[in-house]
Amino acid sequence: MNVRLYLLQRGSAAVLLPLVLLHLGVIFYASRRGLSAADILARTRGSLFWGTFYAAFVIAAATHAAIGVRVIAAEWTGLRGLALEVGMWSFGLLLAALGLIAVAAVVLA
Amino acid sequence: MAEIAVSLWRGKADGSYQLYRVPQRDNQTVLDVVTWVQRNADPTLAYRFACRVGMCGSCAMTVNGRPRWTCRTHTSKVVRHGKLEIGPLANLPIIKDLACDLRPFFEKWQAAKGVFAPRLTRVDAIEEIVPTTAARQAADAAIECINCAVCYAACDTVRWNPDYLGPAALNRAWTLVNDERDTGQQQRLQAVAAAGGCHICHSHQSCQQHCPNALNPTASIAGLKRHTMAAYLKGELE
Amino acid sequence: MRDLWEWQRRGPRASGHRRDALWLAALVHRLSGLALAAFLPLHFLALALALKGEAAFDGFLRWTANPLVKIAEMGLIFCLSVHVLGGIRILLVESLPWFQGQKQLMAGALLTASLLALLFLVRAA
Repeated sequence: MNVRLYLLQRGSAAVLLPLVLLHLGVIFYASRRGLSAADILARTRGSLFWGTFYAAFVIAAATHAAIGVRVIAAEWTGLRGLALEVGMWSFGLLLAALGLIAVAAVVLA
Repeated sequence: MAEIAVSLWRGKADGSYQLYRVPQRDNQTVLDVVTWVQRNADPTLAYRFACRVGMCGSCAMTVNGRPRWTCRTHTSKVVRHGKLEIGPLANLPIIKDLACDLRPFFEKWQAAKGVFAPRLTRVDAIEEIVPTTAARQAADAAIECINCAVCYAACDTVRWNPDYLGPAALNRAWTLVNDERDTGQQQRLQAVAAAGGCHICHSHQSCQQHCPNALNPTASIAGLKRHTMAAYLKGELE
Repeated sequence: MRDLWEWQRRGPRASGHRRDALWLAALVHRLSGLALAAFLPLHFLALALALKGEAAFDGFLRWTANPLVKIAEMGLIFCLSVHVLGGIRILLVESLPWFQGQKQLMAGALLTASLLALLFLVRAA
């Protein structure tokens, strides 16, 4: 952990703060009478707002989670050096890729 | 007379606890207990103390799992069901029994650049320290550290990160970051912003909970995080 | 591989501080974050089912009506809430001058997260 990673971690956390609170609200609203694809997709399909919202969410979450898991791996398993870097980037890129595909799935479908 | 069943750590890292029966007294500190064992039960016991009145920090040991000054720990406060467990400070190599090697602690102290870099020489007029400025108050709030290593021993982040400079070293660096007479700010911020620096701290606050001088290294480290963040964003840090 | 916990290694016992409130708060923060990080790929894969068509996505959503899944979802709501609320405390501690009352803040965060999780389960039932 150094100043660069720290800034990315805290910065992504600050970005995630309003997104997560809104997402919690959406979860409660969407689950008010059982989840259905029609309901969800009616909200997200073709929506510039939700597309941007969730794309930003994915990038911030991928950054935040990758760095967080990196720190845990370094502290609790002793992983270090190249293996640690590769692990962090792999996890972060995996989350970003899966996440953006998911956003595309519900916005562009 | 009541007795305490005292488990003392004997040996090095691969040692073990040994049981001693020590007479319990009305006015007795944990240091008194350890001293009694060395004088009456086993003269081969190794331990450290100096002032025995809570000023030097030499007698710091792990008592019932927590680091404390043994000369300032009354047995009535820590003995449970007639038992007491005493070991050397955690997170440091064990030399023997209750004495640990403080060299890593002091090496990290140096590495955090907690050293005053003066601007003036002895032939210049003495520079006045104004005690009421915000920076000086911040420095004064953290300056009473006597390097006892209790915070270092209490910190799990130190345990999990061998490179981590630790609460005491960073706390001292913070006092100098706030010293308006100091000229070593660039190197100091660089040192605390590197790997092993202040950004590893997770704000567990074990340091603050255990400091016998009621210092707050977590707050000092938070200050370092703010300063290094600002310096980095201004391009002053690499 | 380094040892993780006290009981795994021989040596003097020194884990008394692991009962302090703010240390436990940090542990809850870390474990909830880990749970969320593990869950995220599954969440994304589930949403990507929409690419296979609305029917496939709907089929999955109907599976989540299972009570066991609802309980797991409640756990996730708890993790997300406690992690974001605890995270607010960290951001405040690191960017503002020191303030008192952190234990109360964390107690409030735990309570709020638990209430949100329970509310979710009650509505889902």
